[in-house]
Amino acid sequence: MTGTATLRRRSLLVAAAATGGGLSLGFGIPAGPARATQVREINAWVVIHPDDRVVIRIARSEMGQGSLTGLAQLVAEELECDWSKVTTEYPTPGQNVARSRVWRNFSTGGSRGIRESHQYVREGGAAARMMLIQAAAAEWKVPASECVAANSTITHTPSGRTTTYGKVAVAAASLEPPKDIKLKDIKDWKIAGKPVKRLDTLDKLTGKQIYGSDLRLPGMLTATIKACPVHGGKLKSFDAAKVESMPGVRRVLAVDGNAVAVVGDNYWAVHTALQALPVVWDEGPNARVSSDTIAAMLREGLDAEQAFIGNKAGDAKAAIAGAVKKVEAVYSYPYQNHATMEPMNATALYTREKCEVWCPTQNGEAALAATAEAAELPVAQCEVHKLLLGGGFGRRGRSDYVRQAVLIAKQMPGTPVKLVWSREEDMVQCQFHPVTQCKLTGGLDAQGNLTGLHVRISGQSILASLLPQNLQDGKDPVVFQGFNPGGAESAFGYNIPNLLIDHAMRNPHVTAGFWRGVNTNHNAIYMECFIDELAHAAGQDPLEFRRRLLKPKHLAVLNAAAEKAGYGKAPPGRFHGLAQIMGFGSYVAGCAEVSVSSSGKLTIHRIVGATDCGVAVNPAQIDRQVAGSFVYGLSAALYGECTVKNGAIEQTNFDSYNVLRMDEMPEVESVIIPSGGFWGGVGEPTIAVAAPAVLNAIFAATGKRIRSLPLAKHDLKSA
Amino acid sequence: MVALNVNGKSYDVNVDPETPLLWVLRDTIGLTGTKYGCGIAQCGACTVHLDGEAMRACIVPVSEAANRKITTIEGLAENGVLSKVQQVWLDHDVPQCGYCQSGMIMAATALLKSTPKPTDEDINAAMTNICRCGTYQQVRAAIHAAAKA
Ligand code: FES
Ligand code: FES
Repeated sequence: MTGTATLRRRSLLVAAAATGGGLSLGFGIPAGPARATQVREINAWVVIHPDDRVVIRIARSEMGQGSLTGLAQLVAEELECDWSKVTTEYPTPGQNVARSRVWRNFSTGGSRGIRESHQYVREGGAAARMMLIQAAAAEWKVPASECVAANSTITHTPSGRTTTYGKVAVAAASLEPPKDIKLKDIKDWKIAGKPVKRLDTLDKLTGKQIYGSDLRLPGMLTATIKACPVHGGKLKSFDAAKVESMPGVRRVLAVDGNAVAVVGDNYWAVHTALQALPVVWDEGPNARVSSDTIAAMLREGLDAEQAFIGNKAGDAKAAIAGAVKKVEAVYSYPYQNHATMEPMNATALYTREKCEVWCPTQNGEAALAATAEAAELPVAQCEVHKLLLGGGFGRRGRSDYVRQAVLIAKQMPGTPVKLVWSREEDMVQCQFHPVTQCKLTGGLDAQGNLTGLHVRISGQSILASLLPQNLQDGKDPVVFQGFNPGGAESAFGYNIPNLLIDHAMRNPHVTAGFWRGVNTNHNAIYMECFIDELAHAAGQDPLEFRRRLLKPKHLAVLNAAAEKAGYGKAPPGRFHGLAQIMGFGSYVAGCAEVSVSSSGKLTIHRIVGATDCGVAVNPAQIDRQVAGSFVYGLSAALYGECTVKNGAIEQTNFDSYNVLRMDEMPEVESVIIPSGGFWGGVGEPTIAVAAPAVLNAIFAATGKRIRSLPLAKHDLKSA
Repeated sequence: MVALNVNGKSYDVNVDPETPLLWVLRDTIGLTGTKYGCGIAQCGACTVHLDGEAMRACIVPVSEAANRKITTIEGLAENGVLSKVQQVWLDHDVPQCGYCQSGMIMAATALLKSTPKPTDEDINAAMTNICRCGTYQQVRAAIHAAAKA
């Protein structure tokens, strides 16, 4: 990259910052040179306006999880700026490429937004502060060491002189960035670590917030699409003549050999035409697959000889064979759809020289790569403008809808086309939460100690489906989330002398993907419900039984949840259930309080979540992520199941894929016990404990052990 | 031509009378605060007021909205001052992704108009909107706060 290119990019950014958020939309940027001389980019993360407004750049995507605010808090903390003057903006993936990835990773998944960027964004804030102080000191001709900054004001302590960030920004921007950066001690935090309000609320209350599906560009057309409902199938033919004369319809286009799109003046016109369009698919051999054939395929894997080992200690099989008491159970978990409230969409404008995309994405850089690939243009001639996401949950980490939008726009050069999926398309063309079954076998000695445990998972690998290049000699290590022998990410919580956790990979044709919580969702159900089964077999209380086996941090969150919930002291007619797991770098536990009426009606009255995420950047937003995670996990537990018939997913909308609503929402209480020394994620881990805590509470209430979901399929009536 | 009155403004729209009001608001008039989530009256993201009553605009043919008073999320604030419900939503930091919140606010506004002091049961009955981010607890707290305000 040449120096001039850098400069041009920088001034573009500076000018964009002057428009106050115009950057993320990438148009309507007045490059006013007068303003550009006053509004200064101090470094990649911090832009300062003459009136002291601070723009903090956020590379990760905001999809409701709140990390935009959390990351801004971290930068602002080190910058020592006035929090009330902070706004944020997204740099684009193209700018990141042009500036040698100065903003590093854009990918927003795995609850990584804060925990994997806290170091460099804080350093960015600290470096900017040091440069601003340096500039003021130079102006006053005093040593920088005699100056301090707070609340966007720099004070020369001996003389009491003051100036503001806005006044010295121009001078600061031309200084060399400092080399030695010392970050603040967490205990001195004033903005980070505090329950401050989100920065992105107001426009969401007035209808002003522009989501991807709201975008309007001059001359823009709208498209909607239908891909072969059987994943892996192809488009054979379609009869465009039948719909081309319908009002508002412009074009009917084949896309990528497996889909057909209608392009026209507005969504309703293209939606109506697409529904009327006769299409013939070549569904291929997968059309014979059903939920029953998938279940049989997985069942075979439960006892298969070959399996990938994820965690092993001692000799589990021998210990179980020699046990006084043997306990065995088989569990299963169905396909789930993310069902983001905003269906997939992307807008593309293609010319032979350039391709631009506007889209909600969890991975701006992957969206840029997908754009370049589909457009068949060099990356430098492509750009992606990220828009706020109407939910992500892992779905928007994949760029399939971006590719489709570009392939459509490419057939209509010069015309911006907004591709909007129907809910029905979104339900069928998901990358689903994988299906698995699990056989657990445990051995107890005469005193009820767990001497051996074998956990055999059989089922689908996400990596095999989406990222086969990341498999390790065929093994998918992500399968073992929450089951790993150690590490900072998702370690198994129990000390069991003889242990074997292995995976027989069985991959149906349905595309699997990362669904908020990923593999911890079913792994927590399998392990935490089975531990309950073992406790009952051993004649022990489930909490006491776990206490003897759990490692300290796992136990600490479980104890915190149990204590807050009043475990063991449930009101008459109500029952408690527990669960814990480590996932996404954090330790979490849940305690559910339920009742089941004699007619079998389940009420989840309360659920307590305890979280040890090491460092808590914004407790108010963590509480909201805990509550939201419970809703997500309970929706799946109560109702969530995508079934397969003739190779295609059967559920097409919220009438057949129901979710938890207000009337079933339990009271959520969140306990945050940050033990320090590590940074864990909070957007996902709690989901995993929702279902097993409730299932264990149902067992306590009814004596019924539910081993498959959703609960809607089961009769909880007392026998 | 269908004559519409949206947020106090008149529009003559040249669309098929069967077109759902949702798409006329979003694509023809350009008021995109009203959202599409399901198209089958399941999720409530498209909730607007017709003569003050909450309706799901995805299943209301535009012809049925003719000559009635339509209010969308864009019409709640007056002269830049947030409505009471919008204000408590801000105070309670309710939205996560925000996509469902237009519908939530419209449903809550209609509820508080007909039932100024709603019980939890009233809220459960009126607020059947889906929020995949799971803001229900904050929504409930905000409605109770608005009732007290
Ligand atoms: S879009 Fe109208 S209820 Fe869902
Ligand atoms: S706030 Fe995201 S769907 Fe409700």
